[in-house]
Amino acid sequence: MCSLIEENVNTIFGYPGGQIITVFDALYSYRDSFQYILTRHEQGAIHAAQGYARVSGDTGVVIVTSGPGATNVITGLADAMLDSTPLVVITGQVGASLLGSDAFQETDVIGVTQPITKWSYQIRKASEIPWAVARAFYIAREGRPGPVVLDLTKDAQSEMVEFSYKKCIFIRSYQPYPELQPENIAQAAEMINKAKRPMALVGQGVLLGHAEEELKAFLTKADIPAGSTLLGLSALSSDFSLYKGLLGMHGNLGPNKKTAECDVLIAIGMRFDDRVTGDLKKYAKQAKVIHFDIDTSEIDKNVKTSVAVLGNAKETLPAVTELLQPARHTAWIQSFEACEKEEMERVIIPEIMPIAGPITMGEVVNRVSEATNHEAILVTDVGQNQMIAARYFKFSRSRSMITSGGLGTMGFGLPASIGAALGAPERRVCFFTGDGGIQMTLQELGTIMQYKIPVKIIILNNNFLGMVRQWQELFYRERYSSTPMNNPDFPKIAEAYGIAGKKVTKREDLDDAIEEMLKDNKAYLLEVEVEENGMVYPMIPAGTSVDQIILGD
Amino acid sequence: MEKTLYTITVYTENFVGLLNQITIIFTRRQINIESLTVSKSSIPGIHKFTITAETDLEMVKKVVKQIEKRIDVLKAFYHTDDDVIYQEVALYKIGAEAMLDNPEIESIVRKYNARILEVNRSYGVLELSGHTEDTQELFERLKEFHVLQFVRSGRIAITKSTVERLSDFLAEMEARNPEHQCEK
Repeated sequence: MCSLIEENVNTIFGYPGGQIITVFDALYSYRDSFQYILTRHEQGAIHAAQGYARVSGDTGVVIVTSGPGATNVITGLADAMLDSTPLVVITGQVGASLLGSDAFQETDVIGVTQPITKWSYQIRKASEIPWAVARAFYIAREGRPGPVVLDLTKDAQSEMVEFSYKKCIFIRSYQPYPELQPENIAQAAEMINKAKRPMALVGQGVLLGHAEEELKAFLTKADIPAGSTLLGLSALSSDFSLYKGLLGMHGNLGPNKKTAECDVLIAIGMRFDDRVTGDLKKYAKQAKVIHFDIDTSEIDKNVKTSVAVLGNAKETLPAVTELLQPARHTAWIQSFEACEKEEMERVIIPEIMPIAGPITMGEVVNRVSEATNHEAILVTDVGQNQMIAARYFKFSRSRSMITSGGLGTMGFGLPASIGAALGAPERRVCFFTGDGGIQMTLQELGTIMQYKIPVKIIILNNNFLGMVRQWQELFYRERYSSTPMNNPDFPKIAEAYGIAGKKVTKREDLDDAIEEMLKDNKAYLLEVEVEENGMVYPMIPAGTSVDQIILGD
Repeated sequence: MEKTLYTITVYTENFVGLLNQITIIFTRRQINIESLTVSKSSIPGIHKFTITAETDLEMVKKVVKQIEKRIDVLKAFYHTDDDVIYQEVALYKIGAEAMLDNPEIESIVRKYNARILEVNRSYGVLELSGHTEDTQELFERLKEFHVLQFVRSGRIAITKSTVERLSDFLAEMEARNPEHQCEK
């Protein structure tokens, strides 16, 4: 506990159990030092910690028991690893003498978690705790962030030692920030200065490095249009003039098409995920690629780079900006407009302003975004709700998009929204989910009830697992295998938890319902019945390239 | 891409579980580890892994970066056979009768420069150091005398380079933050 205080931890998510009971007993003595959130399932605890870490920039802390407690956080660890979220997860473990004996609630936590954590370590002696905790926080937070597991044996929990804490500021085998390479910085600047059609791809690295302002200065000076990855959203505000939209499979037409036309492609803190690139053989082949990243292993992993700029974007971006000549690429930037116009007419208007027919997902997202003045934190689940929300929600503040990007974890959203609300108590949290995803971690409504978490839950209910249904319609001859769902009465479930709610089925009731939802600072569940066969367009089918984009009209 | 046998050397801190951390990087990419040798290095507290695996250049570069990304790994390198001087040891156990009754054994031992480690009433043990082809050749040659047991070690290797990259790296890291080390 003292170690956690030393690391300025103030919020802990978790769930007690037999092999961690000693730690929870200590927590009781320190209950005034920490805000402790008991979730309803360990998976909920870790996703909540992820939401907390993503909005606040602090390391999320989770304490769970051994065995099933530990295995229940596995999904969250894998998720945090792929999405570079700093977490310290403390798992209970059986006593050191029982290790390897298949003792009650024993799991090989280190063995299981090594591939999906930045570091995992078993503490067998109390004297190791301060050292290991200091190291854990340093590793989770510094460089490219990630999850760390500390597996704490029962005897290490109960042993008594003299406490002395030394913060970790150096590990000789770990260099979190690569040294700046002036040569590469100069090369990158020269390449950008010569570019006629430069384009930037903004990833989460910008948010993690707190480099939003540096990015703006960089783009503005050389007049570079930018697209954003899913996790990079909100690094640039939606109305920033050089921001051209979302990249990837369901991204905007402009940035996707222009990736195949630009002459210099500048990737900043992003990792060329296959959902962004599609077929690598056809991806941006005409362009020289400059890759800014903090993680050396990302360079040339998926896309061959011409120049790699290693380091924290907060330092590398200004270093390159300084060497840039102010430029104007007016014609190039204007060329995005044709794509924008085409997408607006063929996809966006029908999605967000339909005249007749059932309510669409896009219009709900658009209206909630407008009603919150585009200032809210958006949390999504995974699937159509996620893609539609990412496309139509607008952002005016940084760190406002919390979603499971790399792992695509259904059920992530509800607990993550709890964490987001606790990590940014002054802000409003709007959580969009589907009828499928909400039911994967529905039990966390109990956590919302207990701690009065003011989350606005919007279920876009099409009574289908919509994204799989979309693929089945397009690529599996409309064979809807295991995707239709019979659903419960969601507002009634909310009511059982003391959460206000409403179901909307008609377009004319939507605005009033949103207004009612947002009128106070309490949890609310709004279920909207949306069209059953709603589709997310544009779509670049998996493994293809932007020339095979489907607009769906 | 063309496949080559690469020798990958990895220097790590001495923590439990590092072998697993390294091997899963190969497993995940469906790369078969041909041989593996782990021992303490010349620097106290630092362990050295020597791994051989067949793969292509692009993949071996990625694998080495992924290995180096592990927190407790100090440094990882890849080499082709031309970059290193390497050796393996093989042991051959042959029944005493075959060993004593065949005068040819003597000429084989002489030809291959093998050593006789042990001869007793039941069996004899030969030893040969060399490259895989050498030790394999001797095995093939001895087959007719019925080899009871045959075992070959993993590869050990040292670089031909005159630059000691690990020592340089350690010096550089120590210089970075010598006063505030986070060590046990």
